[in-house]
Amino acid sequence: MTGEPLLAVRDLKVSFRTEDGLVKAVDGVSFTLSPGETLGIVGESGSGKSVTMMSVMRLIVDPNARFEGEVFYKGRDLMKLSREDMREVRGSELAMIFQDPMTSLNPVYRVGWQIAEQIRAHERISRRAAHARAIELLTAVGIPHPAERVDDYPHQFSGGMRQRVMIAMALSCSPDLLIADEPTTALDVTIQAQILNLIKKLKEDFGSAVVLITHDMGVVADIADRVAVMYAGRMVEQGSKQDLFYDPQHPYTWGLLGSIARLDRPKPRRLTAIPGLPPSLLRLPEGCAFGDRCPQRFDACAQVPELTAKAGSDHLDACHLAPGDKRERRERTIHPELTEEPA
Amino acid sequence: MATMLGQAEAAPEPASEQLPEITGRSPWALAARRLWRNRIAMASLVLFLLIVVVCLAAPLYAHDIAHVNPFVNNLNGTTIVNGKKVPLMQQGGGVLHLGETPIGPTWDLRHYFLGADAQGRDVAARLLYGGRSSLGIGIGSAVICCFIATVVALIAGYFGRAVDAVLSRLMDLVWAFPVYLLAISISTVLLTSANGLQVGPLHIAASSLWLPTLIIALIYLPYVYRPVRGHVLAATEKEFVEAAVSQGASDLRVIFSDILPNVVSVVIVLLPLMIATTILTESALSYLSVGVQPPNASWGTIISDGQDLLYTRPWVAIAPGIMIVLVVLSLNVLGDGVRDALDPRARLRVEE
Amino acid sequence: MLTFIVRRGLWTVLVMFAITVLVFVIFFKTPGIDPVRQIAGRNPSPLVLAEIRHQFGLDRPFPVQYALMMKKLFITRDLVSYSNQGTLVIPEIFAAAPATLSLVFGAAIIWVVVAIAMGVGAAVLRGTVLDPLLMILALIGISMPVFWLGQVANLITQSRFHDTFLFSWVPPLGYTSLTQNPVRWFEGLVIPWIVLSVLYIGLYARVLRANLIEVQNEDFIRTARAKGLTERRVLLRHTLRNSMITFVSLFGLDFGVLVGGGALLTEVVFGIHGVGFLTYQSLTNLDLPVIMATVVYGAFFIVLANTLVDITYAWLDPRVRLA
Repeated sequence: MTGEPLLAVRDLKVSFRTEDGLVKAVDGVSFTLSPGETLGIVGESGSGKSVTMMSVMRLIVDPNARFEGEVFYKGRDLMKLSREDMREVRGSELAMIFQDPMTSLNPVYRVGWQIAEQIRAHERISRRAAHARAIELLTAVGIPHPAERVDDYPHQFSGGMRQRVMIAMALSCSPDLLIADEPTTALDVTIQAQILNLIKKLKEDFGSAVVLITHDMGVVADIADRVAVMYAGRMVEQGSKQDLFYDPQHPYTWGLLGSIARLDRPKPRRLTAIPGLPPSLLRLPEGCAFGDRCPQRFDACAQVPELTAKAGSDHLDACHLAPGDKRERRERTIHPELTEEPA
Repeated sequence: MATMLGQAEAAPEPASEQLPEITGRSPWALAARRLWRNRIAMASLVLFLLIVVVCLAAPLYAHDIAHVNPFVNNLNGTTIVNGKKVPLMQQGGGVLHLGETPIGPTWDLRHYFLGADAQGRDVAARLLYGGRSSLGIGIGSAVICCFIATVVALIAGYFGRAVDAVLSRLMDLVWAFPVYLLAISISTVLLTSANGLQVGPLHIAASSLWLPTLIIALIYLPYVYRPVRGHVLAATEKEFVEAAVSQGASDLRVIFSDILPNVVSVVIVLLPLMIATTILTESALSYLSVGVQPPNASWGTIISDGQDLLYTRPWVAIAPGIMIVLVVLSLNVLGDGVRDALDPRARLRVEE
Repeated sequence: MLTFIVRRGLWTVLVMFAITVLVFVIFFKTPGIDPVRQIAGRNPSPLVLAEIRHQFGLDRPFPVQYALMMKKLFITRDLVSYSNQGTLVIPEIFAAAPATLSLVFGAAIIWVVVAIAMGVGAAVLRGTVLDPLLMILALIGISMPVFWLGQVANLITQSRFHDTFLFSWVPPLGYTSLTQNPVRWFEGLVIPWIVLSVLYIGLYARVLRANLIEVQNEDFIRTARAKGLTERRVLLRHTLRNSMITFVSLFGLDFGVLVGGGALLTEVVFGIHGVGFLTYQSLTNLDLPVIMATVVYGAFFIVLANTLVDITYAWLDPRVRLA
């Protein structure tokens, strides 16, 4: 992956003024994305992964929100675009699908109308032609009888079908970047795989880059080229999928991987859980935000760790531990059964 | 890649709930604190209570300050303006300079502060007495209405099926009936009957303040019943009710100790708004002469009395109207404040 | 949609039946009252009393009494006012209807336009000082008794400031029919329209603002923005469109109530001889047949309006229609 990045986020900070104080939802996040690439952003609820991507789309309209940093898309800083310029980019070059397909479609309009509305917001095209495009798109996302379903209302579709409509809408202007915010979380497990496969297939057909936000390591393993892990508004590790899964550097990532049941390894006696709860964004601990929950904590953790490349050129992590120490300790965290005496 | 089903999801907790100063307080204490902090709502509460106290002091004012009896004609009476004795009814004060006009406001608390009405009665004293009736009927009917509606809603919502169907259809019928027409119908029938309302041993005279109180309480029943029943239904489906039932708790016990606490907040939010509504309704019925009956006065009847004097002595009608606006406005503001304090949706949420 | 209308229509008929029974029970069967004396008005002769007893079948069983009453109200339409020397009641109501309709229609236009402007304005200006200001105005509007506001308006326009250029055009109280003199009709109704609409402006502006803010937080509004629609389109086609569902159903109900006699306070204070005024007159004469007839006709109109509202609601919100 060489050449100009499609998207480059630099030191993005998002904070909300609230009754109880300043909430730093995103605290200095940087990453880049190449054309056609799939980036998985993983983290718990409240880790700032959605806020990051919503800020990239400039979809946060809360008057109490404050933004800092740069978001370069094809060389233009989106944060500095006028509202009208940003509107033109949204939906045509950057598209987004959301977590809950049940509430993400407007209940009072027919789905075809809603797809056509987006096309007509960006292209000079007749109503009839837009309607025909909507039918094509519904075909592409695998909705049966698209010519009839195009005139149905959202409540006449199941959750999985609605998410397909959302995907059709997002792809209606062939965007270069598709942001999928937990697209399968609200769906049945059987439907989840179908939707992921659909995103994978359409990504190839349309050649879009994808940012997939999820809390599910399994989803990331399935679809992403690269993975970024977020914790308490900061990025703690970033690298290729292989690096992340086979050579994870940050103790938080170990925790995430340790809490997954894997069938390709001996059966553990129990899954490891990360102790404690994520910190309040109002009162982050001094130094490393994960420090309070980290079994590996030592003196250096009182300083905020930088996100730097220690294990390889494009494998970044924010942990003070030396790479050698990590390797040894992490096996005990992720696979305690391999190091413990058999019972 | 191997099959992976695990999810790294910790219990999602809004960040604001983890603050040390919030944890450990009951929702009621939280709501009270929020209400206490709402200055506009507290100011409204103070204003409302002030008006209530002043109106309760009506006899005190009439006997000891103004020295009048505001319930008898006083056409030949006199009062003192600027130290001079003047008759209450003045000749030819009107636009056409014909007939008698009562004295206007003297702005002297001891001598017909707001002037006299067409029968020479002290308007200020009547205003306070009228306030007693208006506030009493308003508060009384709202409380009765909320009480009955809540009991019926608890029964309907908890027992469900046929009980619910019958009670809810009855409420639907009252709901479908326009409030003013219903109130007017019942009022006229009862007011024209020779001896008021007679149900078994219970007897309410046509001139009693209980009559408008009960009628107004009745017509607003469905307005309280509907939202409360909805919450009862929601609470009945909760696990803690199932748990209580499986432990062998009696129906009454489940209703009062498990369901009622969950719907009380709805009633509390509705109560100030209902009082505002019932006070407006009382004034309208009294204005139409089917509410409070003489010799009693209410703000509505005083406005009605003042209609004929509107262009000559406007204060007779304007003063009670201002009282109504102040009371209803303060109750509406207070009601908004109570709702904001109790409604969990009003809580600040952090995105994501 | 058709099955929905049929189902709703059947329910309407049922409610209308129930309402007539309820009215009948209130006027004829309230414990402790004598319907004959009530219908007869003040100081009736024994002859009149006997005639009423026979006419209304009061010596016969309950269902017969009810049927006779309904026949008088709807079929023969020969219900007679005894207090008012035998005037036929039903034609009187129909003659009064145009005045009521004129009053309510005009007020409705004012309150819909102003309430939408205020509600949308407050929601859009959230965070500025104008939002609470608009909402306090709205709150004052719903806290004023309409008949009192009417008196204040009369005091200003008919008396205190009538001789100034501001209100010299306001004609004396009363109603001039549209066909008789359109200009006079309009001039005479301007103040009543405004006074009647104040309460509803306050009510609707508050409801609309709350609704808009609720809808603004919906996921599909975020979707609309993500689609790259203009803010204007998001507001009008998505936010407002979804908020209007509540607005329209409220409007239908209130409009029905007002036409069905709910405007009587305004009619009384401005001397507009509509249906409500008729009810008021009969209240002061204790003329029961007129009250009964206006109540039944008024209630019918309201139930009919409710039905239309529900059908409109189904048309506006496809989820209801196909449920």
